[in-house]
Amino acid sequence: MNQPVGAQAEVVLRLRGITKRFGSLTANDAIDLDLHKGEVVALLGENGAGKSTLMSILFGHYVADEGTVEAFGQPLPPGDPAAALARGIGMVHQHFTLADNLTVLDNVMLGTESLWSWRSRRSAGRARLDRLAGAFGLAVRGDARVGDLSVGERQRVEILKALYRDARILILDEPTAVLTPQESASLRATLGRLVAEGLSIIFISHKLDEVLEIGDRVVVLRAGKVAGEVPVADADRPMLAGMMVGRAVEQPQRRQLSPGAVAVGLQGVTVLGEGGRRRLDAVDLDIRAGEIVGLAGVSGNGQSVLSDVLAGLITPDGGHYRLADEDVSRAGTRGLVARGVGRIPEDRQASGVIGDMTIPETLIAEDFRARPFSRFGVIDWRAARDFAARIVSDFDVRTERPDLNARLLSGGNMQKLLLGRALARRPRFVLANQPTRGLDVGAAAYVHQRLLAAREAGAAILLISEDLDEVLRLSDRVAVMFRGRLREADPALGPVTVERLGLMMAGQGFEHAA
Amino acid sequence: MAWLDMLVTASFWVAVLRIGTPLIFGTLGELICERAGVLNLGIEGIMVAGAFSGWLAVYLGAPLGAGILVAMAVGAALGLLHGILTVPLGLSQHVAGIGITLLATSLSYYFYRMVFPTVTEPPRIQPFQPLDLPGLFAQTPMTYLAFLLVALTAYVLYRTPLGLAVRMVGENPAAVEAQGIDVTRLRIGAVMVGSSLMALGGAFLTLSAFNAFYFNMINGRGWICIALVVFASWRPGKALLGAVLFAAFDAFQLRLQQLIGGAVPYQIFLMAPYVLSILALIVMSRRAGVPRALMIPYRKGER
Ligand SMILES: Nc1ncnc2c1ncn2[C@@H]1O[C@H](COP(=O)(O)OP(=O)(O)OP(=O)(O)O)[C@@H](O)[C@H]1O
Ligand SMILES: [Mg+2]
Repeated sequence: MNQPVGAQAEVVLRLRGITKRFGSLTANDAIDLDLHKGEVVALLGENGAGKSTLMSILFGHYVADEGTVEAFGQPLPPGDPAAALARGIGMVHQHFTLADNLTVLDNVMLGTESLWSWRSRRSAGRARLDRLAGAFGLAVRGDARVGDLSVGERQRVEILKALYRDARILILDEPTAVLTPQESASLRATLGRLVAEGLSIIFISHKLDEVLEIGDRVVVLRAGKVAGEVPVADADRPMLAGMMVGRAVEQPQRRQLSPGAVAVGLQGVTVLGEGGRRRLDAVDLDIRAGEIVGLAGVSGNGQSVLSDVLAGLITPDGGHYRLADEDVSRAGTRGLVARGVGRIPEDRQASGVIGDMTIPETLIAEDFRARPFSRFGVIDWRAARDFAARIVSDFDVRTERPDLNARLLSGGNMQKLLLGRALARRPRFVLANQPTRGLDVGAAAYVHQRLLAAREAGAAILLISEDLDEVLRLSDRVAVMFRGRLREADPALGPVTVERLGLMMAGQGFEHAA
Repeated sequence: MAWLDMLVTASFWVAVLRIGTPLIFGTLGELICERAGVLNLGIEGIMVAGAFSGWLAVYLGAPLGAGILVAMAVGAALGLLHGILTVPLGLSQHVAGIGITLLATSLSYYFYRMVFPTVTEPPRIQPFQPLDLPGLFAQTPMTYLAFLLVALTAYVLYRTPLGLAVRMVGENPAAVEAQGIDVTRLRIGAVMVGSSLMALGGAFLTLSAFNAFYFNMINGRGWICIALVVFASWRPGKALLGAVLFAAFDAFQLRLQQLIGGAVPYQIFLMAPYVLSILALIVMSRRAGVPRALMIPYRKGER
């Protein structure tokens, strides 16, 4: 990829003057966009800039208020996903659209046969699926239940769904946000093969390095408008970041501090799973006040279990979890919140916000029982609203109204809200699990700045992340998890680099202690 | 052991299948609705309406087969109403369903009174006769139809593209829309088909089991079907099993009543099948595969 696509190449997709309003908010404002055959357009933009909205219009989930879409020279009827599919447009949504209880083959074949046919041609379908999977390096078993697959495998199913229908245009909405670095690399290789086959791709991502690697052309959206367009050959990271945010993005710097006393201590923490398997295996870890400890690892090696223990969601089967000098292994979530643990959960939709509750309700969800938010068992809504207004302005949450339902916030703004909830109480210990997943560069830099500020205010911070650059940039010390065990990357053995962490994540240094 | 002997007589099992038939229809109908993600508490009223309209058509001179079709059409119309209220309008499925039950029941009684303002004795029709076959097989054609529909429903759900779409829309409607299928039409269609089967269950009572329409004839059978769907883990084969099992409890308690007589209050016997089915529900439904999107409205273009 990255070779210039000739200006004479056929235009496969042409968007003209697309405008979409949600109430008073204009999510897309007169957007024009062309996609050529064999081209990869990277669509960039801050959280809430309107990228997903534009793609949903193109695919027919939303109907635009104004504007037209043309595919292969013919206008596309609005609001009709079936028509988009028939024209060869395939879409991998930001949130997977798969049925967990059904098999891969079921999910792929749905809608590919006439609904009135008397039988489903399963074996032909299976053969086709296997052939496509082989040709594009998307190995996945057709009979597997989708719910049993890893996130990376589900991503492959989504792509196979599009390929199965002979997609000529593939839209990928943040396909790598939830993938590990290894999985993203293999996805990029697959996309390379698809382009070689003549497909055209629109690729949405917040990871600028990735965009520079696979895109041919970058289109940047800002507040619903096209803010600029550059060939990748002429672009670099700071420039793209600047185009997105409208000003230069500064990476916050970590200042040298001498850490204080041990604030969080884990000794031999063990959690057993089914059949006696150790989900956490004798984990030892100390975090001092004013220190950030980074935790890396391929997902599924125990990071989420550890995070659940630290948040009080799981009681360990063995070992001790201490805050200062108190054993809090059994304190539970409420006890830990009361003792000054601030939590930024991994899956903000599932365990962070409550979609149908308003911003003030979400913000007081962790401590509505006590003053100032309730007295004698009655909630003081004025205090809650004042608190919400303060968080919204302090943490730069962009929202139309301060009492919106949390579900309607864009990903980045939801995260800022949770960050505000966790940090406003000046916690002693901050548990930040994937705090910048799916966030744009500006929002991510903001989260980093806030975490560093909490560190300077004397909080102990555990940063769990799959983004190794983030881990290295923010952390005072780095540890890696592998098969439920935890090892620190010893600085005495030389500088801690992405390569060294990569090797540890693959199990190096864990052999002897089994 | 007189009561054990009873279990091996043919007449006992003939009765079981007769009692079970309306439950099979109703459970299948509810199962189809719920598989598509829509709870249909209108079932009780739809069964009343099916019983009444099928019977009325035959009373007014239509052949029995046409009575069945009339009942199904009335069921489908009530299903359409429930579908419109719950799918595109996204109203609470509980409230809409209870509303349909009240509406359909009251309308049936109202029309009954309108057509027969003065009668005290319900007018009779000539119902379906049992086929002239030995033993267990001496059933009316509607019972055979019920068994056929179990097989047909299972086939359609698991072997055809349409069945896949129905199962998928009950699991994740967004996935269905992303594959180019209209969620609203699919769900309304499933609710209409399911409701017409419920009406068939009601019509069985007036066109096969009895020969007239009485008030309170359905008598909670619809609610039993709702429980049977859970018992069956939303599978047609198990739905058949559950309906027959419940019918067996019911037939058994009827005979036990006659056997034991007045020593025990008869209400105890009436209660027994329900208690047993609650117990069976507790045991069976622990690993039930409830459709993920059941009772969750889907609105296109909203997040
Ligand atoms: N169905 C909806 N109803 C109301 N507002 C909506 C709806 N869909 C999107 N929005 C709003 O439109 C704006 C654009 O959202 P969109 O999801 O397109 O952003 P995005 O660029 O994809 O952001 P992200 O990077 O976080 O995915 C946001 O402010 C969002 O809150
Ligand atoms: Mg988006």
